Amino acid sequence: MATPLLDKVEDEAAASPYITVTLRIRRFNPEISDEARWEDFSIEIDPKERVLDALHKIKWDVDGSLTFRRSCAHGICGSDAMRINGKNRLACKTLIKDITSFDRKTGATKPITVEAIKGLTVLKDLVVDMEPFFQAYRDVMPFLVTTGNEPTRERLQSAEDRERFDDTTKCILCAACTSSCPVFWNDGQYFGPAAIVNAHRFIFDSRDEAGEQRLEILNDKDGVWRCRTTFNCTDACPRGIEVTKAIQEVKRALITRRF
Amino acid sequence: MKIHKYDTVIVGAGGAGMRAAIESTKRSRTAVLTKLYPTRSHTGAAQGGMAAALANVEEDNWEWHTFDTIKGGDYLVDQDAAEILAKEAIDAVLDLEKMGLPFNRTPDGTIDQRRFGGHSRNHGEAPVRRSCYAADRTGHMILQTLYQNCVKEGVEFFNEFYVLDQLIVDIGGVKTSAGVVAYELATGEIHVFQAKAVIYASGGTGKFFKVTSNAHTLTGDGQAACYRRGLPLEDMEFFQFHPTGIWRMGILLTEGARGEGGILRNKEGERFMEKYAPVMKDLASRDVVSRSIYTEIREGRGCGPEGDHVYLDLTHLPPEQLDAKLPDITEFARTYLGIEPYTDPIPIQPTAHYAMGGIPTNVQGEVLRDNTTVVPGLYAAGEVACVSVHGANRLGTNSLLDINVFGKRSGIAAAEYAAKHDHVELPENPAELVEAQVERLRSSTGDERVADIRRELQETMDANVMVFRTEQTIKTAVEKIGELRDRYLRVSIQDKGRRFNTDLLEAVELGNLLDLAEVMAVSALARKESRGGHYREDFPNRDDVNFMRHTMAYREVGDDGTESIRLDYKPVVQTRYQPMERKY
Repeated sequence: MATPLLDKVEDEAAASPYITVTLRIRRFNPEISDEARWEDFSIEIDPKERVLDALHKIKWDVDGSLTFRRSCAHGICGSDAMRINGKNRLACKTLIKDITSFDRKTGATKPITVEAIKGLTVLKDLVVDMEPFFQAYRDVMPFLVTTGNEPTRERLQSAEDRERFDDTTKCILCAACTSSCPVFWNDGQYFGPAAIVNAHRFIFDSRDEAGEQRLEILNDKDGVWRCRTTFNCTDACPRGIEVTKAIQEVKRALITRRF
Repeated sequence: MKIHKYDTVIVGAGGAGMRAAIESTKRSRTAVLTKLYPTRSHTGAAQGGMAAALANVEEDNWEWHTFDTIKGGDYLVDQDAAEILAKEAIDAVLDLEKMGLPFNRTPDGTIDQRRFGGHSRNHGEAPVRRSCYAADRTGHMILQTLYQNCVKEGVEFFNEFYVLDQLIVDIGGVKTSAGVVAYELATGEIHVFQAKAVIYASGGTGKFFKVTSNAHTLTGDGQAACYRRGLPLEDMEFFQFHPTGIWRMGILLTEGARGEGGILRNKEGERFMEKYAPVMKDLASRDVVSRSIYTEIREGRGCGPEGDHVYLDLTHLPPEQLDAKLPDITEFARTYLGIEPYTDPIPIQPTAHYAMGGIPTNVQGEVLRDNTTVVPGLYAAGEVACVSVHGANRLGTNSLLDINVFGKRSGIAAAEYAAKHDHVELPENPAELVEAQVERLRSSTGDERVADIRRELQETMDANVMVFRTEQTIKTAVEKIGELRDRYLRVSIQDKGRRFNTDLLEAVELGNLLDLAEVMAVSALARKESRGGHYREDFPNRDDVNFMRHTMAYREVGDDGTESIRLDYKPVVQTRYQPMERKY
């Protein structure tokens, strides 16, 4: 990806770690104009810093009106999913050095493009309306359902049964997967990968008793069958969840009714 | 301006706020106001676990846990509250398991437990396995599980609503909570929430430090709103510096890494904690470990060209164990440092982590306006509050516990209060103060920038009131903060719009940080002793005769409008534990 830059950076490390990069950001503010536009910002940055650090430099020192969501800054709160160089990533988990490349002719760095995630309405700059995303999540009954009397102590679960759904418990609801899905772009009615991942987390939890109900919800015309296994979601997941595999497991469970 | 009417309003949707909401929604009409979407809260960053003496893997009991908590807090803990915390811990963990939390399991299928700093068998004999965990993302699992159960219970959220003011009215001479005033990020509209009961659960204030594990959004908004309305803040000088933050970045690497066998080493490769804590070694309490790290660095045994950090060494642990028990933090080392923890040690330094102090409450979560009097209708829980179960230094895994135990208690107490009381009348022009504040920032043409003042504040806090403090350094900080507060009056913003104006809110947040930093420094200056997280090089010993008492800081406004901080003190509640010298 960026080896030429890395070499250059290491050679010059003794002098100054800073390089100049251009961030080409998709701006939109309906208070000012109905049209979105690209705006370039040139900044000095240590390539070991994050894209989020670059956005902060712009917001704090150049243009305070640049608007984006962020909180934890290390990839666990899920606030800052955005499209960086055309791929969905978390700005706080993407280092400048890993996405910068040099133009071999001029020696200059190519601009890094940053835009809002796709498929959800842009409200301002990099901020989108997350409501449809969370609505799909709420629709799959994302909570443990049990019947009968509660035990006095914990419910028992073997380490193997616990491992069965471990991967899908990692989800931070950042929407990187759902907003990378071509089916979701074309039709906002599709539940989308994140909602299915969260259904999977409960369908395959040995303690849960509502797997059938969740499968029925996902058997809907806007459910799992819409998935075209393009693997965009798996590539986009900043938590490394095998999203497509989880969707396939839900499809299989629908056919075999075994989970 | 819009006016809403609810029985109970909860400010904040992290662990404490959502645990409270699950209880209060069942019992009263509840609204949760949160400046972030609920699953963005910093509870999700907690890693290592939640303490409870389940005794699933070895002998343990809640009395030992109580003792460890009190000793860990260097005897500034209110002992009745610590007893509640440890006793109710067991049900708190079981509640979460029944709500669906996927804890790691023992071979028998029960909840697995591991070692953590300061938690011991039989009053300090040896480390005990008390921390219930889900890999190294226990906080993430708690946050998700609580949000899932909020969805199940139909909790009503107002997302991206910033609470900027607490309304307090005088009812027959009694200061009573009437509700809150909030700013809606999406529209810039101001909302008044009239409520019979208000619960603050808005988290910590670590962003006044530069190297911190805290999120950008942890700016002490709840503490500041109450403080500005004349309510005291308790023990603000006590801030925890977690020993293992990623060097320069401050990102947290769980103490669970040492619980799993990780070792701290200096540049000689020496396991230096053996010198400072012969029994607990790397698992001594956090204040002790952080001071030991800085002592090594100051004495020239730090690592790297500038000798400004030490190593967390996990290389002797099997890769399978790291993958199974510490997947997230090993990933952080790879992502942010380009280091492979299987084979290379991780550079770390102490990172500003947790406010032990906050809004004073009793064990029901009721907020106090002096040493004993409650403010009817006002509650607080979690890091924003000071019960005090953490005293001068919190034990690892006791914060995830705190939010669950006292979140639940305050949720029940607030809803029960709401059931028995009527709304009190709102003051005339309830949004007056917030409207003026927002208008002033939006129209200011001053020459100061938010980012510059915040940077200077963070630098002075790191340099002067971190792990080691002296009268001189604290005075330097107080002076600098005063200067920054003056400059803050001339701050202006570039975004003058109403839609998603985060420029404006960062300016508001900076105002909160400045107020709280000043309270912290002034409280620290007056405490002429060393205890837990507050270490004074000019007073290196604990002084139980003069200082085994809580600091209570009040904002005073003189007739001419000048502001000052008045300090008072509150006795520590002692039950059965006599203060002893603290050794690990």
